[in-house]
Amino acid sequence: MGKKLKFKKKTLADLKKGESGRVVKLHGDAVSQRRLMALGVVKGKSIVLEDKAPLGDPCICTILGYRLTLRNSDAKNIVITSP
Amino acid sequence: MSIESKTITVGLIGNPNCGKTKIFNRMAKAHADVGNYPRVTVEVEKKQFQHQGWTITLVDLPGVYALTSQSQEERASRDFLYSGQVDLLINVLDAGNLERALFLTTQLLEMGKPTLFVLNMIDEARRKGLSFKLNDLSSMLNGPVVETDANRGEGIPALLDAVVAQAAKMEKDVRPLRITYDSHLEMAVDKIKGLIRDLHPDEMNDAQCRWLAIKLLEGDDELIRQESDHEHLQEMVRRMRYDLSRHHGDSCEMMFANGRFGFIHGLVSEAVSQSIDFDTRRDMTRLLDALFLHRSLGIPLFFGMMWLMFETTFSLGELPAGWIESGVSLISGWVGGMMPDGLLRDLMLEGVITGMGAVIVFLPYILILFFFIAFFSETGYLARSSFLLDRAMHVFGLHGKAFIPLVMGFGCNVPAVMATRTIESPQSRLIAILINPFMSCAQRLPAFILIAGAFFAESSGLAIFLIYMTSIGVAMGASVILSRFVIRGGGESFVMELPPYRLPTMGAVLYHMWDKAYDFVRMVGGVIVVGSVIIWFLQAFPQNVQLSQDYNALIAKVEQSQSLTPKQIRHELTELKRTKKQEEMEKSYLGQTGMAVSPIFAPLGFDWKDTVAIISGFFAKEVVVASYAVLYNEDDSEETGSEGLRQALSKAMSPVTAAALMVFLLLYSPCLSTFAAIKREASWGWAGFSLVFSLAMGWSLAYLVVVVGTLLT
Repeated sequence: MGKKLKFKKKTLADLKKGESGRVVKLHGDAVSQRRLMALGVVKGKSIVLEDKAPLGDPCICTILGYRLTLRNSDAKNIVITSP
Repeated sequence: MSIESKTITVGLIGNPNCGKTKIFNRMAKAHADVGNYPRVTVEVEKKQFQHQGWTITLVDLPGVYALTSQSQEERASRDFLYSGQVDLLINVLDAGNLERALFLTTQLLEMGKPTLFVLNMIDEARRKGLSFKLNDLSSMLNGPVVETDANRGEGIPALLDAVVAQAAKMEKDVRPLRITYDSHLEMAVDKIKGLIRDLHPDEMNDAQCRWLAIKLLEGDDELIRQESDHEHLQEMVRRMRYDLSRHHGDSCEMMFANGRFGFIHGLVSEAVSQSIDFDTRRDMTRLLDALFLHRSLGIPLFFGMMWLMFETTFSLGELPAGWIESGVSLISGWVGGMMPDGLLRDLMLEGVITGMGAVIVFLPYILILFFFIAFFSETGYLARSSFLLDRAMHVFGLHGKAFIPLVMGFGCNVPAVMATRTIESPQSRLIAILINPFMSCAQRLPAFILIAGAFFAESSGLAIFLIYMTSIGVAMGASVILSRFVIRGGGESFVMELPPYRLPTMGAVLYHMWDKAYDFVRMVGGVIVVGSVIIWFLQAFPQNVQLSQDYNALIAKVEQSQSLTPKQIRHELTELKRTKKQEEMEKSYLGQTGMAVSPIFAPLGFDWKDTVAIISGFFAKEVVVASYAVLYNEDDSEETGSEGLRQALSKAMSPVTAAALMVFLLLYSPCLSTFAAIKREASWGWAGFSLVFSLAMGWSLAYLVVVVGTLLT
């Protein structure tokens, strides 16, 4: 259990408001991965978590200078670098 | 394309919400639906017009972020591009969002079609301090680049001239863009390309082979399927995709996407410069979002605006609806005067005009409601509202965008079903359409007031409240059932661009209204007329049936009676006419159908009269009360039924049956207009499904009421 947590990769969903990271890898099914890539969520791009909806989900993030909304379940599939 | 006849087909393609439809409108001087909301054009829209002696067929393709085959829009755009019908492409790019917009461009350019580039919303980009080296862009993208501001029409003449100039060059294909990918990818592409060339000798040139090789390695399902004859090609692609991703630790798609964004990054850093340091914190959109998406104010503000929208719609719509009603009765009187007595006159008056009139009355409500929807959509608020509510809706397997159509259902299901068009995923949209008839529309209310008044006098308010709660509960429950078991695969993802707030143009808002009104009127003219005629026929036929008494003789006798006072005569006459009408109703096909179908409702305790009311309610929910009035031989002058009707009803059934009847009337079927709207938005099949599904829901829940009610009493 403890080991699993230790190796758990940091994802967009782990960020707090205003924090940022660089995209490392995408998880999830091929369809959502392709969709994210087409929207600019590719390796190396910087992504900022801007805000969360009043009910806690979805969230808004900025990538390539525009704003994108994602559900937390999508955000969990975006692995990012630790700062 | 033909240079002799000077005709050319031009396809407009770009990301959702990049102003593509506005460019389309400006170019064709036409109007098609636009909105500051990703994904408005779902079907392919075409317009033909003349410019400098050329006949240009302009095709507005649905907004897409990429050319894969995942969504309905992507498939539609792609099929059109591959069909070879298009001679020239106009790639519309949001100038303020160039890096993302160019991803689609890289996919287009690899196809090697002559392409023109439009930097749209250049005003917004300039405000951000961006400037573009058009010559550099043009040479790197291998096509002319035009700056436009479609809202004000800036740059449109230059764009039209560029289209004609390009057409005159008569290029069928241009040198496709060549992005150099990772060296391992390039090796794989070369190998696949070689195999493709062997398998399709002389069919494709080198560039096309490379394009197909890239697409196959990117895992394009549809193209892989098309190569199903060539098993070893498929096998080779599969193996290489596996090897590459294992070797690099990235998926093949990601490697290609990286290559594309690498190219884009190079292009943007060379040709785009930002003069002032744009302070994003003070940007208008962020300020407005700080309010509208506020942690505690956001949702109350949304409900406030919803309330304003419905309040305005129903209070403002009442007046013109009244005018239409009197207009219809005027026309009906005029037509009645023109036509000789007989079946044709009855058909026109009681079938066609009454049927159309009953529906056309909703037109003002539709116009006002869609004015608001268009306004919200144009400003960018609609996207925010789905963002705000997505979490709550997701619990029921619904998308955030389904909320507005659901609330609209309390007014009328017809515009509500039409409003689901804003939902992108076809599955989520279908669920939103199918649960909408469960939302208790305003036309059902009179029947509830009548029945509740007759049976639950002291607590009829509570009964009606419970009916509304049931309505919401069943709609949500149905959504859970549908999303789990019937229509799976939608709504799992809420990846959406949040557009900046924009001032709407009046033209676009008015056009949006007009378009919905036109759709609605067209629907009224089709299915509704046919349906009204059928119902009329069922009520009016068979003619000259054998009645138990000779009413005409009786009427004549009363009229000539000397012993009665004029008041008594009038009373006797109305009484006789009512009895006659009731018996005619009983013996009509509708009555016979009621009798024949009523065994189905026997477990619920409904008799044939209820059955007839139920059947007539399919035509329009507000008819239910009128049917009861006729069936129970009571005056139907009041909308919610007279005291007499309430008494007659309360003698005819038990309170448990009445409760079951209310539940059944709430749920049992979309009315004819809604049925027509579902057919239009989905298909005949789904409209039929909706009918069966809601009948099953209505019956089972009404039966539940009977069972529980009998246990309790």
